[in-house]
Amino acid sequence: MSKNPFPLDKQGLLEAYRTMRTIREFEERVHNEFAKGDIPGFVHLYAGEEASGTGIMMHLNDRDRIASTHRGHGHCIAKGVDVKEMMGEIYGKAMGSCRGKGGSMHIADLSKGMMGANGILGAGAPLACGAALAAKFRGDGGVGISFVGDGASNQGMFLESLNLAAVWNLPAIFVVENNGYAESTSRDYAVAVDSYVDRAAGFGLPGVTVDGTDFFAVYEAAGEIIKRAREGGGPALLECKMIRFFGHFEGDQQTYRGKGEVEHIRANQDCIRLFADKVMDAGVIKKPELDVIDKEIARLIEDAVVAAKAAPLPTAKDLMTDVYVTY
Amino acid sequence: MARKISMRQALNEALDQEMARDPTVFVMGEDIVGGMGGDGEKDAWGGVLGVTKGLYSKYGDRLLDTPLSESAYIGAAVGAAACGMRPVAELMFIDFMGVCFDEIFNQAAKFKYMFGGKAETPVVIRTMIGGGFRAAAQHSQVLTPLFTHIPGLKVVVPSNAYDAKGLLIQSIRDNDPVIFCEHKNLYGLEMDVPQESYAIPFGEANVVREGKHVTIVTYGMMVHRAMDAAAQLAKDKVECEVIDLRTLSPIDWDTVLESVENTGRLVCVDEAHPRCSIASDVSAKVSQEAFKALKAGIQMVTSPHTPVPFSPSLEDIYLPSADKIAGAVRKTMAN
Amino acid sequence: MSEKRIIPIVMPKWGLSMSEGKLASWLMKDGDKVKAGDQILEVETDKIAGAVEASEGGVLRRRIGQEDTVYPIKTLIGVLADEDVPDADIDAFVGSYVVPQAEEGEEEAAGPRYEFAETAAGRLRYTKRGSGDKTVLLIHGFGGDLDNWLFNADALAEGATVYTLDLPGHGQSTKAVSEPTVAGLAKAVLSFMDTVKIDKAHLVGHSLGGAIAMEVARQAKPRVTSLTLICSAGLGPDINMEYIDGFVASASRRDLKPVLENLFADAGLVSRQMVDDLLKYKRLDGVGEALSALKAGVFAGGRQSAILADVLASSGVPALVIWGAEDKILPSTHATAASGAKVEIIEGAGHMVQMEQAGRVNGLIKVMLSG
Repeated sequence: MSKNPFPLDKQGLLEAYRTMRTIREFEERVHNEFAKGDIPGFVHLYAGEEASGTGIMMHLNDRDRIASTHRGHGHCIAKGVDVKEMMGEIYGKAMGSCRGKGGSMHIADLSKGMMGANGILGAGAPLACGAALAAKFRGDGGVGISFVGDGASNQGMFLESLNLAAVWNLPAIFVVENNGYAESTSRDYAVAVDSYVDRAAGFGLPGVTVDGTDFFAVYEAAGEIIKRAREGGGPALLECKMIRFFGHFEGDQQTYRGKGEVEHIRANQDCIRLFADKVMDAGVIKKPELDVIDKEIARLIEDAVVAAKAAPLPTAKDLMTDVYVTY
Repeated sequence: MARKISMRQALNEALDQEMARDPTVFVMGEDIVGGMGGDGEKDAWGGVLGVTKGLYSKYGDRLLDTPLSESAYIGAAVGAAACGMRPVAELMFIDFMGVCFDEIFNQAAKFKYMFGGKAETPVVIRTMIGGGFRAAAQHSQVLTPLFTHIPGLKVVVPSNAYDAKGLLIQSIRDNDPVIFCEHKNLYGLEMDVPQESYAIPFGEANVVREGKHVTIVTYGMMVHRAMDAAAQLAKDKVECEVIDLRTLSPIDWDTVLESVENTGRLVCVDEAHPRCSIASDVSAKVSQEAFKALKAGIQMVTSPHTPVPFSPSLEDIYLPSADKIAGAVRKTMAN
Repeated sequence: MSEKRIIPIVMPKWGLSMSEGKLASWLMKDGDKVKAGDQILEVETDKIAGAVEASEGGVLRRRIGQEDTVYPIKTLIGVLADEDVPDADIDAFVGSYVVPQAEEGEEEAAGPRYEFAETAAGRLRYTKRGSGDKTVLLIHGFGGDLDNWLFNADALAEGATVYTLDLPGHGQSTKAVSEPTVAGLAKAVLSFMDTVKIDKAHLVGHSLGGAIAMEVARQAKPRVTSLTLICSAGLGPDINMEYIDGFVASASRRDLKPVLENLFADAGLVSRQMVDDLLKYKRLDGVGEALSALKAGVFAGGRQSAILADVLASSGVPALVIWGAEDKILPSTHATAASGAKVEIIEGAGHMVQMEQAGRVNGLIKVMLSG
C-alpha cells in the first residue's frame, strides 16, 4: 500500500466520500421526485457544492453551530441531521425534522448544532454571531459558522455581522459559497469587489479564497480558520468558489447560463469525481470500496423516499402547537 | 420589603436580580455601559434610558456595548438565545425596529414553530415607546400592534414600576421571545416596589379601577390618562372600570369580556394609530364574543392616522387625552 | 361641662397604610339612640369594608359626612352627644373642630412603620404598638400576614403593648421556612420573642396561628399569659383542603378571588385590593415553595397533622376560643374540643371573624387581657 498524502486517514477519507455521496444522491433524487410533482413548495439543491459543506463540517462537533441558507440540504447532511427525517420534512410529513412545519428551506436540528436552513438571505450571519457569542460566554471552545451565497454577501445583515464579529473578536466564521449566481444574477455583476478577501479586510478580519470543488483545499483552509477561532483568534471569512449543478430552484430553466455550461461542469468540475480520482490515483482507496458506499447510500435514499411517501401528513391538531413554549 | 422607586430603578433591579440568579442572562445594546473603548468613565451612563447604569461594575463582561448595528446585534441576541443563553437586548427606540425586523419576526418569532417545536428562543428586546417628548415622527411611535400581530412574539407593556419589575423578570425567565416596551413618559414614575424578586405572569390584565358603567381597556401610558378620565367622570357619578392589559400578546380576553358583560359599555384607548390597532383588535373581539351584553356602540380613542408631529401644539392634540377619553365615555353613556 | 358629652365620630384609621376611607352608608339616622358597640356607619377602604362602632353611648346628633364620599382619616364625619346638649353647642363643636395633627415623633406621614427582627428563624417583619404593661402577640394563619389584624391591633393597643408579626414564609418575612411544621413555626415565634425581648405575652392566634400559639404554650408555658384562639387550627383534624389547594395554586386574580371568598361570611368583602395584595405576595420568589412546604408539613393528606387540644387542659393557661359561625375553612364544631376554655361563636362571620366582626372580637380579647 502506498503512502497516504492526504490530511485525513483512510477512515476520514471514506467518511468524507460517504457524506458527499449522500448529499449528491439525496439531491439527485429530490430533483427527480420533484419533477414528478410529489414534493410541495419549492426546493433549492446543493448538488455540485458538496466539497464545501463537507470539508468544513468535518472539523465540527455537535457543540459548534452553523446557520445555513435556503440551499441547506447539504449542510444538514454534513452536520449529521437524520436523512430520513429530512426527506420526510421535504414531503411535509409529520415525521419530518420539523414535523412538517418547516419544509426544505427550514430544516433544523439544534441538537446537532444545525440552527436551520433559512429562507431569508443573510439572516444566518447575525445568528451565527449569537452562537459564537454564546460559545464565548461559556468558554467551551465552540464556533458559530454562517453560510451565505454570493448573493446574500451583499446583505446589510451579513456586512454588519462581519463588523460585529470583528469588534467582539467572536469565534465566528463566515463562509461565502460563491457559485457565481444570485438566482439568475451573476456574481460579477452584483458584487462590486473582485475578491472577498478584500471585503473581509475592509471589516478588519482575515479572508481566504479556495477552490470549492477541491475538497482538500476547503478542508485545509477551514481547519486552520476554525482552529484559530477556537483558540480565541477571532473571526474569519472563507470564500469557496463553486458550482451548482441545478438551477436556483427546481423548475429554474437556467436561461441565464451559457450554452453547454452545465454539461461542461458535470464532466470536468464534479467535486466528488475529482475527490474519488485523487484518492484512487494515490492508491489509498480502491474503487470497490467506494462502490460499496455508493450501494449503501442508494439504499438509504431509496428507503428515505419510500418512508417519506408512506408517512402520514400532520393533521389539524398540529396546526396550533409549538407557536409558543408557554402561552 | 417595599419602598418607593421609579420605573427606571425597578427595571434596573429586575436586570440586576436576574443576572445574579442566572449566569446565562446577559445584557447588550447601544451605550448600555457607555464609554466602552474610550478613555473616560465607563458605566456612568447606563444607556440613553439610564436603565442599565451600575450593572457593568457588578457584572463586567456580561454587559456588552454594541456597534450601532441593530440587525447584527439583535440577530446575535436571537442566535445566542437559540444556543441556550438568555440575552436581554436594549434597542433604544421601537422606531428603529425597522432595520432589524427580519431577525425579530422571521427568525426569533418563527423558530419554535418552523422547527417543529425543537427550538426555544428566550430573548428579551427592551425598547422605548410613545410620544409626548417632542421627539417627532421617528422617535415617538408606539408600534405595539405590529409586534402583537406576529405569532410567536410576546408583547409586554408595563404601565408602572411594580409591573415593570415583575414583567421584566417574567420576560427574562420566559422561554419565548419578548418585546418589552417601556413608555418614555413613565421612567420617573415612582411607586411601592418589593425589594424581593417576583414575576408577574403574562396574560393577566390588571383591573386598576373597578366600576359598573363603562369598561375602558388600555395599556402603557394611556392607563394613566384613562385613570384621570375615570376620576373626572366619577364626579358625575359615572363609574369606569379601567383595565390595564399589561401584555398584548398573550392578551387576557377573559378579563375584558367579563368586565364588558358587567358594564355593557366599552371604550378602547390606544396610543397607537387607529387602523389594525390594539383598540380595533379589542373592539372586534368584544363585538364578536359579547355583542349581546353591549348597550351602546364601542368607542375607540387613539392617535390619528398620521405620523407623530413635532410641534408641541400639534403633539398635544395628537395624543389621546383624559378629556378625549372622558368624551368617549360620555358618548357611550348617552346611548 | 356639656362639651364632655359631645363625642366626635371620625374617619377611622385601619392599619398603617390607610390614609383615607369612603363613607359607604350611614346605618343610623339623626336622633337615633346609640349604645357602645353599636354599628353607626360603614366605611370602605381600598383594602376592606367595615363598620364604625360607637365607643360610648349617646344620641346620634349630627351626620356630617355624605354617603359615597371619600374623607381623609380623622376627619369629623358625625357627632354623638347626650340628648340634653343644646344644638348650638353641637354647632359650635363642629365649627371649631380641628383634625388632630400627628404627634411629635409619630411617623405616620412617612408611611407604615414596619420593623424587622433578625431571629434564629431568619428576618421577620413585625409591628409594635401601644405601651401598656400587658404584652399581646398576634399570630396570623396560613397564607396570611400581619395585616390580618388591621382592625384589631390599634384597638387592643389602647391598653397594651401589641406586637404583630409575619411568620416565616409570609408577608415580608424571610421566605425560607426551615421547619415547615407547627412545632417549627412555634420555635420561630419563640425565637422572635427572644429577639424583641418579649418575656411573656398574651398570645392571640388565628387559624394556623392558633395551633402555633398552643404549641408555644406546650414548648414554653411560662412565657404564655393567656391563649386566644380564633377559628383555630389544632383543635380537630378537619380542614377545607379545597381552599388550601386553591390558595396555593392560584396565580391570577380570577382564580384567587373565589378562593378568598371562602374566608368571609360576606363574600363581598373580598376587594380588588385584597386580591391584588395577596397576588403580590404570592408572586415573590420563594413563596410558592414556602406555601407548598407548609401545606405538606401541616396539612399532609388533607388532615391537620398537629392536634393540640390537650395542651389547653394540661397547661392550665387561661384560654378563649372564638369562632365565626360561618367559617368555611375550619369547622366551628372543633371549638368543643377546647375543654376548659371559654367559647364564643359569633354569628354572621366567617373564618376572618376578627375582620368581619372586629368590634366583638376586640371586646372579647380585651376582657381576656384584663382577666
